[in-house]
Amino acid sequence: MTRYVPVMGMLALTILAGCSHHAKPAPALHASAYGSALAVSSGDKQLGTPGAPLPQPLVIEVNDDQGNGVQGALVKFSGPAGVSFNPAAALSDSNGEVSTNVTVGDSSGRYTVEVITTDKKGKEIPLQVNELAAGYQEMLGYEVQKKYCSRCHDPNSTPEQVSNYGNLAVAPHPFDRGNTFNKLSDADLASIISHGGPAMNLSALMPDYGSTLSKADIRAVIAYIRLVSNPPFQAPGMVYATR
Amino acid sequence: MRAPEKSRFSWRALFHDPVQLFGVASFVLLMVLAIAPLKDHFSEWRRYQKQYLQMIRNRRDAVTLMRRFQPGIHQIWIPNAGVVDRCETCHLGLQQASLGDVKTEPFGKHPPIPHQLTEFGCVVCHRGQGAATTVAGAHDSTKAPNEPLLPARYMEASCGQCHHAPLMGTPILNQGRVLLAGYGCLRCHTVKLPDGSTMTATDDPPPLTHIAEKTSREWIYAWLKNPQSWSATATMPNFLLSDAEARDISAFLIADSAPMPENGASPAPAQAVQPADLPAAQVTAGQALYGESFCASCHAMQNEAGNVVGGDLAPELTGIGSKVKPEWLKSWLSDPHVYDPGTLMPHFRWTSQQLTSLMDFLESQTNSGFTANVHLDPATPEQIAHGRQLVNEYGCAECHEIRGVSKTDNFAPDLSRIGSKPLAQIVFVAGMAHTLPAYLSAKIQHPREFGPGLRMPQYTFTPAQVDALTTALLALTDRSFTMPRQWQVALPKPSNYRPAGRAGELMADLNCQTCHRINGNGGDMAPDLSAEGSSVQRQWLYHFLKDPNTIRPTLIRRMPKFNLSNRERTILTDYIMTVYQIPQVDRDSMPESGYPPALVEQGKELFYSKYDCQSCHMVNPNTDQGYVGPVLTSVGSRLNAAWIYAWLKDPQALRPGTIDPNRNMSDADARALTAFLMAQKGSGKEANQ
Repeated sequence: MTRYVPVMGMLALTILAGCSHHAKPAPALHASAYGSALAVSSGDKQLGTPGAPLPQPLVIEVNDDQGNGVQGALVKFSGPAGVSFNPAAALSDSNGEVSTNVTVGDSSGRYTVEVITTDKKGKEIPLQVNELAAGYQEMLGYEVQKKYCSRCHDPNSTPEQVSNYGNLAVAPHPFDRGNTFNKLSDADLASIISHGGPAMNLSALMPDYGSTLSKADIRAVIAYIRLVSNPPFQAPGMVYATR
Repeated sequence: MRAPEKSRFSWRALFHDPVQLFGVASFVLLMVLAIAPLKDHFSEWRRYQKQYLQMIRNRRDAVTLMRRFQPGIHQIWIPNAGVVDRCETCHLGLQQASLGDVKTEPFGKHPPIPHQLTEFGCVVCHRGQGAATTVAGAHDSTKAPNEPLLPARYMEASCGQCHHAPLMGTPILNQGRVLLAGYGCLRCHTVKLPDGSTMTATDDPPPLTHIAEKTSREWIYAWLKNPQSWSATATMPNFLLSDAEARDISAFLIADSAPMPENGASPAPAQAVQPADLPAAQVTAGQALYGESFCASCHAMQNEAGNVVGGDLAPELTGIGSKVKPEWLKSWLSDPHVYDPGTLMPHFRWTSQQLTSLMDFLESQTNSGFTANVHLDPATPEQIAHGRQLVNEYGCAECHEIRGVSKTDNFAPDLSRIGSKPLAQIVFVAGMAHTLPAYLSAKIQHPREFGPGLRMPQYTFTPAQVDALTTALLALTDRSFTMPRQWQVALPKPSNYRPAGRAGELMADLNCQTCHRINGNGGDMAPDLSAEGSSVQRQWLYHFLKDPNTIRPTLIRRMPKFNLSNRERTILTDYIMTVYQIPQVDRDSMPESGYPPALVEQGKELFYSKYDCQSCHMVNPNTDQGYVGPVLTSVGSRLNAAWIYAWLKDPQALRPGTIDPNRNMSDADARALTAFLMAQKGSGKEANQ
């Protein structure tokens, strides 16, 4: 038996070596510079499809103390299970920017992505970025609000769709305004959409859509509002009577 | 060491004694019988059920969830759909409303969908093996590799198995189908739907019958080599032709071209002009006319800033002066139907002065670099013959009308059931994942990599477009044909409605249906005209046809001015007012004016205070700012009262899909508002604005 030990040891070592080699990132990246702050340049809060890459890359800026871009800083991306990055780590370019393509997980909802770089002392500088994946209901809600609501609720004006936001005596709330919408329950939101602003003592400029949209459409718009809300919406969960 | 022991063992000794034999046999039997319950006891799904119980134990609603939990294998059985799904054996939280926050699979709640799990099961949408009770067996389908789980990013494909018309909640699938129909896929591939209909192409490839009149052989050569280098948005894909192939095909197309038919409207050949000679004033006038005629609604063109601006219904016009011959351009602008009887372009009735300035503007748009490096010797008969052979081989006639080359049926494989193509029939390229979605996606992106001699051209789709096309193809499954008939939601029957008579000829000449839908047939750029006669006043329409101006100031696409004669306007107005009526609105039931001032005042009150119409509409341009709906400053001169009344009562009944909300107005409110709106006659000037 004893004469097999070295052979088996070699075998085990080979397997281990193979495994460890596999786990390493393909090209080792070495930071040549260090930043002191991270900022989102573009590509956060994108609305994507579950399991698919987001339409735009996520671009992160590495800045020094003066707020100038740092070239050559190592930035690493990580996220919850199912989220993948291409690349997962990269060095910042001459503008101090790092770009990665994010693929969100298979279920709908909010994905919080962790972005990390290190400063000169080796201390980690974290940044959290949110990306969104719309399931069937949220996607339906997105399409319904795009057709019926966004002309007034979306302040962004394009030549294709001129916003009516600024023309209204009482400005509507953009749908990502969590501080407003998170205080309203689903039933309240449904009531405002169905019966108009006056139903909740709000602006009469918001008309009633209860005879125009189906109940499913209204539920979908609410689901969309919950998804995009910033700060994020916390579902109240089940409330039980306590003794 | 063991050998002597074995030699001591004797079968004879064992079976010598019947009692001993019975004992051994009983023990063996017991062991065999014990395997089955043990195997069951240690099965994967029991482990998941134990984990589920542990998970719910710590939740506040544990009691309710415990009460609902039933141990054992759970099954959804839908005999007529062939569904036997045991997924809920492990996916225990799918129907538990309170588990929405659970992210640990397999216990999460199913996200909200418009269908019941018990009604359709799981595999109809997710694929996989419903009857399996192990993770690998159900998901990866080791036993039936043709039906693994559908990746989440293509999920909308499942909706498309039954829903053949666009759904609001499936934008990716809808886009995929639009691409499939709009990029020529359906001209070579057949796609039959379960209801027996066939998907039809919506693109508009030009006929090549008179191509030599339109452009040069050099341009054709350069275009064939790479259409996207001429225009990034070109619909025609790249056939990756060799220099010799492009040379011979261009030779054949020029040789095959016939002279254009003589037409009274076609002018004498224009002098070839050099861009440098063009009078600057003419070019500026032409550019203004290009804008006024709303050419940009359909055509895109690069502006001074370098941005390509305009619609995608018609070819991009950047560099058009280097593409087409001046005589052809003159003839085309005079009447496009002479060159292409089936064109979507309207016959603008430009004056000869307008025509000259527009021509000068278009010819000043040059891109001489495109053909700069193309030097072709005169074609030989062999080259022309080879060109004809290539045109046949590459299927050019599947899209284009070419003299002497006919379209063949089933030029490319039938795709009616491509979403269920067995993996055993697919030849994968080395290094790619052996799954159907990966194959379809790769095939769309790099069709020629799948073997030598393939003729499918190279497209330049974005990643999102590739995903959308893959989704649309994955919807074409076997299951979609075998599913219960009542599940199928067929496309509405396509309409080929064309107006009749003299007005019909005129509307065909103006190609009204390129932009307007009438009785189910036509484009969606402009309002549906099926109820126009019930909606507008005769005088307004007659005037509008002379001087069309938008009623929605924020729109960038508007109706062009066609320079119609009075007679033509009378024909069109008469026809539209008479034929395009709907029974819900009786035009003569309410007067156009003469409403009591008190009623008008009441309507004004309702407009501004109760219904707050000013958030979207404008009646008084000095105070109102609403820019969503049409401007109503002169609506009393445009619409008839009965239409306004019916619209206020139920807008969607008159125009399905309009975003004007139905406010559930009482008859009295609707009448007062109608009176107020009919009082908005506008000044004569405003009426024409």
